[in-house]
Amino acid sequence: MKRTSPGWWLALLLAVCFTLATMFVPRAAWWNEVPRAADWNKGRSESDNVFKLLLGEGRRLFGNEMFVMADAYFHSGYYPSIFDRQESDQDVATPAYGKADDEDSTGDDFLGPPPDWIAALNRRFVPNKHTHLDSGGPTGHMNTVEVQEILPWLKLATDMNPQFIKAYRVGDYWLRRLHKPAEARDFLFEGLHNNPGNVELLFDLGWLYQKDFHDTDRARNVWMAALRCWETQDANAKSNTEAQLAYEETLMNLAILERNRENWPQTIKYLEMVKQISPKPEAIQQQIDEARQKMAAPPAAASP
Amino acid sequence: MNTVWALTGIVIKELYRRKDFYVLFVLTALITLAAGSVEFFKDPNIVRYVKDLCMLLIWVSALLITIATAARQIPAERESRTIFPLLAKPVTRGQVILGKFFGCWLASGTALAVFYLFFAVITGSREQHWPVLDYLQAYLLQWIMLGIVTAMTLLGSIVFAAPSSTVTILFIVVAGILFLGRHLNTVALHNPEPLRGIIYTVYFIIPHVELFDVRERVVNDWGLVNWLDCGLAALYAAAYTALFLLLTWLAFRRKSLN
Repeated sequence: MKRTSPGWWLALLLAVCFTLATMFVPRAAWWNEVPRAADWNKGRSESDNVFKLLLGEGRRLFGNEMFVMADAYFHSGYYPSIFDRQESDQDVATPAYGKADDEDSTGDDFLGPPPDWIAALNRRFVPNKHTHLDSGGPTGHMNTVEVQEILPWLKLATDMNPQFIKAYRVGDYWLRRLHKPAEARDFLFEGLHNNPGNVELLFDLGWLYQKDFHDTDRARNVWMAALRCWETQDANAKSNTEAQLAYEETLMNLAILERNRENWPQTIKYLEMVKQISPKPEAIQQQIDEARQKMAAPPAAASP
Repeated sequence: MNTVWALTGIVIKELYRRKDFYVLFVLTALITLAAGSVEFFKDPNIVRYVKDLCMLLIWVSALLITIATAARQIPAERESRTIFPLLAKPVTRGQVILGKFFGCWLASGTALAVFYLFFAVITGSREQHWPVLDYLQAYLLQWIMLGIVTAMTLLGSIVFAAPSSTVTILFIVVAGILFLGRHLNTVALHNPEPLRGIIYTVYFIIPHVELFDVRERVVNDWGLVNWLDCGLAALYAAAYTALFLLLTWLAFRRKSLN
Protein backbone atom coordinates (compact mmCIF):
# COMPACT_ATOMS: atom_id res chain seq x y z
CA MET A 1 0.00 0.00 0.00
CA LYS A 2 1.30 3.37 -0.96
CA ARG A 3 2.25 5.57 2.01
CA THR A 4 0.64 8.97 2.15
CA SER A 5 3.01 11.83 2.68
CA PRO A 6 2.76 13.59 6.11
CA GLY A 7 2.28 16.82 4.20
CA TRP A 8 -1.01 15.54 2.78
CA TRP A 9 -2.17 14.48 6.23
CA LEU A 10 -1.32 17.94 7.49
CA ALA A 11 -3.27 19.56 4.64
CA LEU A 12 -6.24 17.29 5.33
CA LEU A 13 -6.18 18.17 9.04
CA LEU A 14 -5.98 21.87 8.24
CA ALA A 15 -8.99 21.54 5.93
CA VAL A 16 -10.94 19.72 8.66
CA CYS A 17 -9.98 22.37 11.21
CA PHE A 18 -11.04 25.16 8.88
CA THR A 19 -14.38 23.47 8.18
CA LEU A 20 -15.04 22.95 11.89
CA ALA A 21 -14.04 26.53 12.63
CA THR A 22 -16.53 27.89 10.09
CA MET A 23 -19.19 25.80 11.82
CA PHE A 24 -18.32 26.64 15.40
CA VAL A 25 -17.19 30.26 15.31
CA PRO A 26 -20.66 31.73 14.67
CA ARG A 27 -22.02 29.63 17.54
CA ALA A 28 -19.21 30.71 19.86
CA ALA A 29 -19.76 34.34 18.88
CA TRP A 30 -23.42 33.90 19.76
CA TRP A 31 -22.50 32.52 23.19
CA ASN A 32 -20.25 35.48 23.84
CA GLU A 33 -22.84 38.06 22.95
CA VAL A 34 -25.75 38.96 25.10
CA PRO A 35 -28.76 37.97 22.98
CA ARG A 36 -30.55 40.94 21.51
CA ALA A 37 -34.17 41.23 20.55
CA ALA A 38 -33.23 41.60 16.89
CA ASP A 39 -31.44 38.24 16.87
CA TRP A 40 -34.47 36.33 18.04
CA ASN A 41 -36.20 37.21 14.84
CA LYS A 42 -33.62 35.10 13.07
CA GLY A 43 -35.28 31.96 14.32
CA ARG A 44 -33.60 31.54 17.68
CA SER A 45 -35.47 30.74 20.84
CA GLU A 46 -36.27 33.70 23.08
CA SER A 47 -33.98 32.77 25.93
CA ASP A 48 -31.28 31.07 23.93
CA ASN A 49 -28.28 32.34 25.90
CA VAL A 50 -25.19 30.87 27.49
CA PHE A 51 -26.90 30.43 30.87
CA LYS A 52 -29.67 28.37 29.32
CA LEU A 53 -27.09 26.22 27.58
CA LEU A 54 -25.17 25.67 30.80
CA LEU A 55 -27.87 25.57 33.47
CA GLY A 56 -31.11 24.83 31.65
CA GLU A 57 -34.28 25.93 33.41
CA GLY A 58 -32.47 25.77 36.76
CA ARG A 59 -30.92 29.15 35.97
CA ARG A 60 -34.17 30.86 37.03
CA LEU A 61 -33.30 30.06 40.63
CA PHE A 62 -30.30 32.36 40.38
CA GLY A 63 -32.26 35.32 38.99
CA ASN A 64 -33.25 36.59 42.41
CA GLU A 65 -29.69 36.10 43.73
CA MET A 66 -28.38 38.35 40.95
CA PHE A 67 -30.97 40.96 41.88
CA VAL A 68 -29.87 40.77 45.52
CA MET A 69 -26.29 41.34 44.33
CA ALA A 70 -27.47 44.52 42.59
CA ASP A 71 -29.00 45.65 45.89
CA ALA A 72 -25.79 44.74 47.76
CA TYR A 73 -23.74 46.82 45.29
CA PHE A 74 -26.25 49.65 45.71
CA HIS A 75 -25.36 49.59 49.42
CA SER A 76 -21.61 49.35 48.64
CA GLY A 77 -21.38 45.95 50.29
CA TYR A 78 -23.17 46.89 53.54
CA TYR A 79 -25.74 44.13 53.33
CA PRO A 80 -27.30 41.63 55.72
CA SER A 81 -26.20 38.02 55.44
CA ILE A 82 -28.54 35.06 55.93
CA PHE A 83 -27.71 35.24 59.65
CA ASP A 84 -28.86 38.87 60.02
CA ARG A 85 -32.23 40.55 59.96
CA GLN A 86 -33.45 40.52 56.36
CA GLU A 87 -34.90 43.58 54.73
CA SER A 88 -38.39 43.39 53.32
CA ASP A 89 -37.92 45.81 50.41
CA GLN A 90 -34.86 46.15 48.24
CA ASP A 91 -33.74 49.78 48.22
CA VAL A 92 -32.41 49.49 44.68
CA ALA A 93 -35.99 48.87 43.48
CA THR A 94 -37.99 51.37 45.54
CA PRO A 95 -37.36 54.50 43.42
CA ALA A 96 -38.19 52.55 40.26
CA TYR A 97 -41.68 51.94 41.69
CA GLY A 98 -42.13 55.57 42.61
CA LYS A 99 -41.72 54.95 46.33
CA ALA A 100 -39.64 57.04 48.71
CA ASP A 101 -36.63 55.43 50.39
CA ASP A 102 -37.70 53.33 53.31
CA GLU A 103 -35.91 54.67 56.37
CA ASP A 104 -36.01 51.31 58.05
CA SER A 105 -34.90 49.09 55.19
CA THR A 106 -31.39 47.64 55.52
CA GLY A 107 -31.49 49.55 58.84
CA ASP A 108 -28.76 51.95 59.73
CA ASP A 109 -27.27 49.20 61.85
CA PHE A 110 -28.97 45.93 61.03
CA LEU A 111 -26.27 44.15 63.02
CA GLY A 112 -27.07 45.85 66.30
CA PRO A 113 -24.37 46.63 68.87
CA PRO A 114 -21.37 44.26 68.70
CA PRO A 115 -21.87 41.43 71.22
CA ASP A 116 -18.14 40.84 71.83
CA TRP A 117 -14.69 42.24 71.08
CA ILE A 118 -14.11 39.97 68.06
CA ALA A 119 -17.33 41.24 66.44
CA ALA A 120 -16.37 44.82 67.32
CA LEU A 121 -12.95 44.42 65.70
CA ASN A 122 -14.48 42.60 62.74
CA ARG A 123 -16.76 45.52 61.92
CA ARG A 124 -13.76 47.80 61.40
CA PHE A 125 -12.71 45.65 58.40
CA VAL A 126 -16.03 45.39 56.57
CA PRO A 127 -18.48 47.97 55.17
CA ASN A 128 -20.13 49.35 58.30
CA LYS A 129 -22.42 52.20 57.29
CA HIS A 130 -25.76 52.32 55.48
CA THR A 131 -25.25 54.33 52.30
CA HIS A 132 -26.68 54.34 48.80
CA LEU A 133 -24.66 54.64 45.61
CA ASP A 134 -26.95 57.34 44.25
CA SER A 135 -26.35 59.56 47.27
CA GLY A 136 -22.57 59.65 47.40
CA GLY A 137 -21.68 56.11 48.41
CA PRO A 138 -19.49 55.27 51.43
CA THR A 139 -17.41 58.45 51.28
CA GLY A 140 -20.36 60.69 50.46
CA HIS A 141 -18.39 62.22 47.59
CA MET A 142 -18.99 59.66 44.90
CA ASN A 143 -20.42 60.73 41.60
CA THR A 144 -24.00 59.63 40.85
CA VAL A 145 -22.70 57.68 37.86
CA GLU A 146 -21.31 55.11 40.30
CA VAL A 147 -24.84 53.63 40.23
CA GLN A 148 -23.83 52.09 36.91
CA GLU A 149 -22.07 49.39 38.97
CA ILE A 150 -25.42 47.71 39.72
CA LEU A 151 -26.28 47.30 36.04
CA PRO A 152 -24.34 44.07 35.29
CA TRP A 153 -26.26 42.31 38.06
CA LEU A 154 -29.63 43.46 36.73
CA LYS A 155 -28.66 42.26 33.27
CA LEU A 156 -27.52 38.92 34.68
CA ALA A 157 -30.77 38.65 36.67
CA THR A 158 -32.79 38.91 33.47
CA ASP A 159 -30.44 36.55 31.63
CA MET A 160 -30.97 34.01 34.38
CA ASN A 161 -34.70 34.56 34.59
CA PRO A 162 -36.11 36.21 31.43
CA GLN A 163 -39.52 36.47 33.13
CA PHE A 164 -38.12 38.65 35.97
CA ILE A 165 -40.19 41.78 35.24
CA LYS A 166 -38.94 43.67 38.31
CA ALA A 167 -35.33 43.47 37.08
CA TYR A 168 -36.26 44.93 33.68
CA ARG A 169 -38.18 47.79 35.31
CA VAL A 170 -35.45 48.59 37.82
CA GLY A 171 -32.80 48.42 35.06
CA ASP A 172 -34.87 50.75 32.90
CA TYR A 173 -35.24 53.22 35.78
CA TRP A 174 -31.51 53.40 36.54
CA LEU A 175 -30.51 53.55 32.88
CA ARG A 176 -32.83 56.53 32.49
CA ARG A 177 -31.33 58.12 35.61
CA LEU A 178 -27.89 57.63 34.03
CA HIS A 179 -29.09 59.38 30.85
CA LYS A 180 -29.00 56.25 28.74
CA PRO A 181 -32.49 56.22 27.22
CA ALA A 182 -31.46 54.19 24.16
CA GLU A 183 -30.04 51.43 26.37
CA ALA A 184 -33.15 51.58 28.58
CA ARG A 185 -35.36 51.18 25.51
CA ASP A 186 -33.32 48.19 24.27
CA PHE A 187 -33.54 46.60 27.72
CA LEU A 188 -37.33 47.04 27.75
CA PHE A 189 -37.52 45.63 24.22
CA GLU A 190 -35.63 42.59 25.46
CA GLY A 191 -38.07 42.28 28.35
CA LEU A 192 -41.05 42.58 26.03
CA HIS A 193 -39.60 39.98 23.71
CA ASN A 194 -39.35 37.56 26.62
CA ASN A 195 -42.70 38.65 28.09
CA PRO A 196 -44.91 39.67 25.16
CA GLY A 197 -47.68 42.07 26.07
CA ASN A 198 -46.55 42.69 29.64
CA VAL A 199 -48.47 45.75 30.82
CA GLU A 200 -45.80 46.91 33.30
CA LEU A 201 -43.08 46.93 30.65
CA LEU A 202 -45.35 48.58 28.09
CA PHE A 203 -46.19 51.30 30.59
CA ASP A 204 -42.47 51.91 31.26
CA LEU A 205 -41.73 51.96 27.52
CA GLY A 206 -44.45 54.54 26.91
CA TRP A 207 -43.12 56.63 29.80
CA LEU A 208 -39.60 56.43 28.34
CA TYR A 209 -40.85 57.58 24.92
CA GLN A 210 -42.74 60.47 26.45
CA LYS A 211 -40.23 61.71 29.01
CA ASP A 212 -36.84 60.89 27.44
CA PHE A 213 -37.52 60.83 23.70
CA HIS A 214 -40.32 63.46 23.86
CA ASP A 215 -42.24 61.34 21.35
CA THR A 216 -45.86 61.67 22.50
CA ASP A 217 -47.38 59.84 19.55
CA ARG A 218 -45.26 56.78 20.09
CA ALA A 219 -45.93 56.91 23.82
CA ARG A 220 -49.68 56.97 23.12
CA ASN A 221 -49.42 54.02 20.73
CA VAL A 222 -47.45 51.96 23.27
CA TRP A 223 -49.92 52.75 26.05
CA MET A 224 -52.87 51.87 23.83
CA ALA A 225 -51.13 48.60 23.06
CA ALA A 226 -50.84 48.12 26.84
CA LEU A 227 -54.62 48.55 27.19
CA ARG A 228 -55.26 45.98 24.47
CA CYS A 229 -52.87 43.55 26.14
CA TRP A 230 -54.57 44.10 29.51
CA GLU A 231 -57.94 43.14 28.03
CA THR A 232 -56.57 39.83 26.75
CA GLN A 233 -54.97 38.85 30.08
CA ASP A 234 -56.55 36.28 32.34
CA ALA A 235 -57.90 37.03 35.82
CA ASN A 236 -54.77 35.69 37.49
CA ALA A 237 -52.49 38.10 35.61
CA LYS A 238 -54.89 40.97 36.32
CA SER A 239 -54.74 40.31 40.06
CA ASN A 240 -51.04 41.28 40.18
CA THR A 241 -50.79 44.52 42.19
CA GLU A 242 -47.91 45.96 40.16
CA ALA A 243 -49.69 45.18 36.90
CA GLN A 244 -52.88 46.84 38.21
CA LEU A 245 -50.91 49.91 39.16
CA ALA A 246 -49.26 50.02 35.72
CA TYR A 247 -52.69 49.68 34.07
CA GLU A 248 -54.09 52.53 36.15
CA GLU A 249 -51.08 54.74 35.40
CA THR A 250 -51.38 53.90 31.69
CA LEU A 251 -55.02 54.98 31.65
CA MET A 252 -54.22 58.14 33.60
CA ASN A 253 -51.38 59.07 31.25
CA LEU A 254 -53.57 58.46 28.20
CA ALA A 255 -56.23 60.69 29.75
CA ILE A 256 -53.64 63.43 30.27
CA LEU A 257 -52.43 63.11 26.66
CA GLU A 258 -55.98 63.40 25.34
CA ARG A 259 -56.71 66.33 27.66
CA ASN A 260 -53.65 68.13 26.30
CA ARG A 261 -55.07 67.59 22.78
CA GLU A 262 -58.46 68.85 24.03
CA ASN A 263 -60.00 65.59 22.91
CA TRP A 264 -62.59 65.67 25.68
CA PRO A 265 -64.69 62.57 24.80
CA GLN A 266 -61.56 60.39 24.87
CA THR A 267 -60.34 62.09 28.05
CA ILE A 268 -63.64 61.33 29.78
CA LYS A 269 -63.60 57.75 28.51
CA TYR A 270 -60.15 57.09 29.99
CA LEU A 271 -61.00 58.86 33.24
CA GLU A 272 -64.14 56.75 33.58
CA MET A 273 -61.98 53.65 33.20
CA VAL A 274 -59.54 54.94 35.84
CA LYS A 275 -62.44 55.69 38.21
CA GLN A 276 -63.48 52.03 38.19
CA ILE A 277 -60.15 50.87 39.60
CA SER A 278 -58.81 53.91 41.42
CA PRO A 279 -58.65 53.91 45.24
CA LYS A 280 -59.75 57.60 45.09
CA PRO A 281 -62.75 57.67 42.72
CA GLU A 282 -63.95 61.05 44.06
CA ALA A 283 -60.81 62.81 42.81
CA ILE A 284 -61.19 61.17 39.40
CA GLN A 285 -64.88 62.16 39.28
CA GLN A 286 -63.83 65.76 39.90
CA GLN A 287 -61.51 65.56 36.88
CA ILE A 288 -64.32 64.04 34.79
CA ASP A 289 -66.63 66.91 35.78
CA GLU A 290 -64.00 69.46 34.81
CA ALA A 291 -63.50 67.75 31.43
CA ARG A 292 -67.29 67.76 30.85
CA GLN A 293 -67.48 71.46 31.65
CA LYS A 294 -64.71 72.20 29.18
CA MET A 295 -66.37 70.03 26.54
CA ALA A 296 -69.69 71.88 27.05
CA ALA A 297 -68.07 75.34 26.99
CA PRO A 298 -68.30 77.18 23.61
CA PRO A 299 -65.00 77.28 21.71
CA ALA A 300 -62.99 80.45 22.23
CA ALA A 301 -63.66 83.08 19.56
CA ALA A 302 -60.97 83.31 16.94
CA SER A 303 -58.89 86.43 17.22
CA PRO A 304 -59.48 89.00 14.44
CA MET B 1 19.20 32.09 62.50
CA ASN B 2 21.31 31.43 59.37
CA THR B 3 20.09 27.83 59.39
CA VAL B 4 16.47 29.01 59.41
CA TRP B 5 17.10 31.40 56.49
CA ALA B 6 18.87 28.66 54.53
CA LEU B 7 15.81 26.42 54.92
CA THR B 8 13.58 29.37 54.02
CA GLY B 9 15.50 29.95 50.78
CA ILE B 10 15.02 26.33 49.72
CA VAL B 11 11.23 26.55 50.16
CA ILE B 12 11.05 29.80 48.14
CA LYS B 13 13.08 28.25 45.31
CA GLU B 14 10.70 25.29 45.34
CA LEU B 15 7.71 27.59 44.76
CA TYR B 16 9.02 29.02 41.53
CA ARG B 17 10.12 25.62 40.29
CA ARG B 18 6.62 24.20 40.71
CA LYS B 19 3.75 24.88 38.33
CA ASP B 20 1.02 25.61 40.93
CA PHE B 21 1.57 29.35 41.03
CA TYR B 22 1.87 29.78 37.26
CA VAL B 23 -1.28 27.75 36.55
CA LEU B 24 -3.34 29.65 39.14
CA PHE B 25 -2.01 33.01 38.02
CA VAL B 26 -2.76 32.33 34.35
CA LEU B 27 -6.26 31.09 35.27
CA THR B 28 -6.92 34.18 37.39
CA ALA B 29 -5.66 36.46 34.63
CA LEU B 30 -7.68 34.71 31.92
CA ILE B 31 -10.94 34.70 33.89
CA THR B 32 -10.50 38.33 34.96
CA LEU B 33 -9.66 39.50 31.44
CA ALA B 34 -12.59 37.53 29.98
CA ALA B 35 -14.96 39.08 32.54
CA GLY B 36 -13.46 42.50 31.91
CA SER B 37 -13.99 42.20 28.16
CA VAL B 38 -17.77 41.95 28.60
CA GLU B 39 -19.48 45.30 28.14
CA PHE B 40 -22.84 45.94 29.81
CA PHE B 41 -25.15 48.56 28.30
CA LYS B 42 -22.29 49.98 26.20
CA ASP B 43 -20.65 51.35 29.34
CA PRO B 44 -16.89 50.69 29.51
CA ASN B 45 -16.60 52.25 33.00
CA ILE B 46 -18.41 49.52 34.90
CA VAL B 47 -15.62 47.90 36.88
CA ARG B 48 -16.68 46.68 40.32
CA TYR B 49 -17.85 43.25 39.21
CA VAL B 50 -14.39 42.71 37.65
CA LYS B 51 -12.70 43.83 40.88
CA ASP B 52 -14.98 41.58 42.89
CA LEU B 53 -14.27 38.55 40.72
CA CYS B 54 -10.52 39.19 40.59
CA MET B 55 -10.28 39.59 44.38
CA LEU B 56 -12.21 36.35 44.90
CA LEU B 57 -9.85 34.51 42.54
CA ILE B 58 -6.83 36.01 44.31
CA TRP B 59 -8.14 34.80 47.68
CA VAL B 60 -8.84 31.28 46.40
CA SER B 61 -5.50 31.07 44.57
CA ALA B 62 -3.50 32.39 47.54
CA LEU B 63 -5.14 29.88 49.88
CA LEU B 64 -4.50 27.02 47.45
CA ILE B 65 -0.84 27.98 46.95
CA THR B 66 -0.21 28.45 50.67
CA ILE B 67 -1.94 25.28 51.83
CA ALA B 68 -0.52 23.11 49.03
CA THR B 69 3.02 24.43 49.60
CA ALA B 70 2.97 24.11 53.39
CA ALA B 71 1.22 20.73 53.46
CA ARG B 72 3.92 18.87 51.55
CA GLN B 73 7.04 20.33 53.19
CA ILE B 74 7.64 17.95 56.09
CA PRO B 75 5.97 14.82 54.57
CA ALA B 76 8.13 15.24 51.43
CA GLU B 77 11.31 15.47 53.53
CA ARG B 78 10.29 12.31 55.38
CA GLU B 79 9.28 10.43 52.27
CA SER B 80 12.52 11.20 50.41
CA ARG B 81 14.46 10.62 53.65
CA THR B 82 16.26 13.94 53.28
CA ILE B 83 15.03 14.79 56.77
CA PHE B 84 17.80 12.56 58.24
CA PRO B 85 20.83 14.36 56.73
CA LEU B 86 19.01 17.64 57.44
CA LEU B 87 18.65 16.88 61.14
CA ALA B 88 22.21 15.55 61.25
CA LYS B 89 23.73 18.92 60.17
CA PRO B 90 22.94 19.64 63.10
CA VAL B 91 19.63 21.39 62.68
CA THR B 92 17.08 21.17 65.45
CA ARG B 93 13.48 20.21 64.79
CA GLY B 94 12.42 23.66 65.92
CA GLN B 95 14.67 25.24 63.29
CA VAL B 96 13.19 22.96 60.62
CA ILE B 97 9.68 24.08 61.60
CA LEU B 98 10.68 27.77 61.64
CA GLY B 99 12.56 27.50 58.33
CA LYS B 100 9.64 25.77 56.65
CA PHE B 101 7.20 28.31 58.08
CA PHE B 102 9.12 31.39 56.96
CA GLY B 103 9.80 29.79 53.57
CA CYS B 104 6.13 29.05 52.92
CA TRP B 105 5.01 32.42 54.27
CA LEU B 106 7.49 34.42 52.20
CA ALA B 107 6.78 32.31 49.12
CA SER B 108 3.02 32.88 49.47
CA GLY B 109 3.69 36.59 50.08
CA THR B 110 5.73 36.80 46.87
CA ALA B 111 3.02 35.04 44.88
CA LEU B 112 0.38 37.29 46.46
CA ALA B 113 2.36 40.39 45.50
CA VAL B 114 2.30 39.30 41.83
CA PHE B 115 -1.48 38.75 42.03
CA TYR B 116 -2.04 42.17 43.60
CA LEU B 117 0.17 43.84 41.00
CA PHE B 118 -1.99 42.30 38.29
CA PHE B 119 -5.13 43.41 40.14
CA ALA B 120 -3.86 46.98 40.47
CA VAL B 121 -2.90 47.18 36.79
CA ILE B 122 -6.22 45.76 35.56
CA THR B 123 -8.47 47.88 37.78
CA GLY B 124 -6.32 51.01 37.46
CA SER B 125 -6.34 50.83 33.67
CA ARG B 126 -10.13 50.64 33.71
CA GLU B 127 -10.91 53.05 36.54
CA GLN B 128 -8.10 55.53 35.85
CA HIS B 129 -7.75 55.69 39.62
CA TRP B 130 -4.91 54.18 41.67
CA PRO B 131 -5.68 53.71 45.40
CA VAL B 132 -2.22 52.22 46.01
CA LEU B 133 -2.40 52.48 49.82
CA ASP B 134 -5.73 50.63 49.89
CA TYR B 135 -4.27 47.81 47.81
CA LEU B 136 -1.12 47.72 49.94
CA GLN B 137 -3.20 47.48 53.12
CA ALA B 138 -5.37 44.72 51.64
CA TYR B 139 -2.21 42.87 50.57
CA LEU B 140 -0.56 43.18 53.98
CA LEU B 141 -3.67 42.01 55.83
CA GLN B 142 -4.08 39.02 53.54
CA TRP B 143 -0.43 38.13 53.87
CA ILE B 144 -0.65 38.30 57.67
CA MET B 145 -3.68 35.99 57.47
CA LEU B 146 -1.68 33.57 55.29
CA GLY B 147 0.80 33.35 58.17
CA ILE B 148 -1.92 31.78 60.36
CA VAL B 149 -2.94 29.45 57.52
CA THR B 150 0.69 28.39 56.94
CA ALA B 151 1.19 27.59 60.62
CA MET B 152 -2.11 25.67 60.76
CA THR B 153 -1.15 23.68 57.66
CA LEU B 154 2.26 22.79 59.05
CA LEU B 155 0.52 21.46 62.17
CA GLY B 156 -1.91 19.55 59.94
CA SER B 157 0.97 18.04 57.96
CA ILE B 158 2.37 16.55 61.18
CA VAL B 159 -1.00 15.32 62.48
CA PHE B 160 -2.62 13.94 59.32
CA ALA B 161 -1.36 10.94 57.39
CA ALA B 162 -0.91 12.33 53.87
CA PRO B 163 -0.46 15.78 52.27
CA SER B 164 -3.65 15.27 50.26
CA SER B 165 -5.77 14.86 53.39
CA THR B 166 -4.02 17.85 55.00
CA VAL B 167 -4.80 20.03 51.98
CA THR B 168 -8.45 18.93 51.86
CA ILE B 169 -9.08 19.31 55.59
CA LEU B 170 -7.29 22.64 55.88
CA PHE B 171 -9.05 24.08 52.84
CA ILE B 172 -12.44 23.09 54.27
CA VAL B 173 -11.57 24.47 57.72
CA VAL B 174 -10.25 27.80 56.41
CA ALA B 175 -13.14 28.22 53.96
CA GLY B 176 -15.56 27.35 56.77
CA ILE B 177 -14.05 30.00 59.05
CA LEU B 178 -14.10 32.57 56.23
CA PHE B 179 -17.78 31.95 55.50
CA LEU B 180 -19.16 31.23 58.98
CA GLY B 181 -16.60 32.49 61.48
CA ARG B 182 -18.07 35.94 62.01
CA HIS B 183 -21.63 34.58 62.34
CA LEU B 184 -20.99 31.87 64.94
CA ASN B 185 -21.87 34.23 67.80
CA THR B 186 -25.25 34.98 66.16
CA VAL B 187 -25.86 31.26 65.65
CA ALA B 188 -24.94 30.62 69.30
CA LEU B 189 -27.49 33.15 70.55
CA HIS B 190 -30.27 31.35 68.68
CA ASN B 191 -29.53 28.01 70.33
CA PRO B 192 -30.38 26.72 73.81
CA GLU B 193 -27.77 25.71 76.37
CA PRO B 194 -25.51 23.69 76.32
CA LEU B 195 -25.24 24.06 72.53
CA ARG B 196 -24.97 27.83 72.91
CA GLY B 197 -21.96 27.46 75.20
CA ILE B 198 -20.29 24.98 72.86
CA ILE B 199 -20.74 27.19 69.77
CA TYR B 200 -19.56 30.26 71.69
CA THR B 201 -16.47 28.36 72.85
CA VAL B 202 -15.71 27.38 69.25
CA TYR B 203 -16.25 31.02 68.25
CA PHE B 204 -13.63 32.23 70.72
CA ILE B 205 -11.16 29.39 70.03
CA ILE B 206 -10.98 29.47 66.22
CA PRO B 207 -8.58 31.88 64.52
CA HIS B 208 -10.80 34.47 62.86
CA VAL B 209 -9.09 34.64 59.50
CA GLU B 210 -12.10 36.50 58.09
CA LEU B 211 -10.93 39.58 60.07
CA PHE B 212 -8.32 40.11 57.38
CA ASP B 213 -10.76 39.96 54.48
CA VAL B 214 -11.17 43.56 53.31
CA ARG B 215 -12.34 42.65 49.81
CA GLU B 216 -15.72 44.38 50.23
CA ARG B 217 -13.99 47.58 51.28
CA VAL B 218 -11.53 47.49 48.38
CA VAL B 219 -14.17 46.63 45.76
CA ASN B 220 -16.63 49.27 46.97
CA ASP B 221 -14.03 52.01 47.58
CA TRP B 222 -14.58 52.36 51.32
CA GLY B 223 -11.09 53.73 51.88
CA LEU B 224 -8.41 52.68 54.33
CA VAL B 225 -9.02 50.77 57.55
CA ASN B 226 -7.54 52.52 60.60
CA TRP B 227 -3.89 51.42 60.85
CA LEU B 228 -4.28 50.96 64.62
CA ASP B 229 -7.01 48.37 63.96
CA CYS B 230 -4.69 46.71 61.45
CA GLY B 231 -2.00 46.60 64.14
CA LEU B 232 -4.40 44.93 66.58
CA ALA B 233 -5.36 42.39 63.92
CA ALA B 234 -1.66 41.74 63.24
CA LEU B 235 -1.05 41.07 66.96
CA TYR B 236 -4.03 38.70 66.97
CA ALA B 237 -2.59 36.88 63.95
CA ALA B 238 0.90 36.75 65.49
CA ALA B 239 -0.51 35.14 68.65
CA TYR B 240 -2.33 32.42 66.69
CA THR B 241 0.63 31.83 64.38
CA ALA B 242 2.95 31.41 67.37
CA LEU B 243 0.45 29.06 69.03
CA PHE B 244 0.15 26.84 65.95
CA LEU B 245 3.93 26.79 65.46
CA LEU B 246 4.40 25.80 69.09
CA LEU B 247 1.86 22.98 68.69
CA THR B 248 3.60 21.91 65.46
CA TRP B 249 6.95 21.81 67.21
CA LEU B 250 5.50 19.82 70.13
CA ALA B 251 3.92 17.31 67.74
CA PHE B 252 7.02 17.10 65.52
CA ARG B 253 9.33 16.66 68.51
CA ARG B 254 7.55 13.44 69.50
CA LYS B 255 7.04 12.24 65.95
CA SER B 256 8.92 9.18 64.75
CA LEU B 257 10.64 9.93 61.45
CA ASN B 258 10.64 6.36 60.15
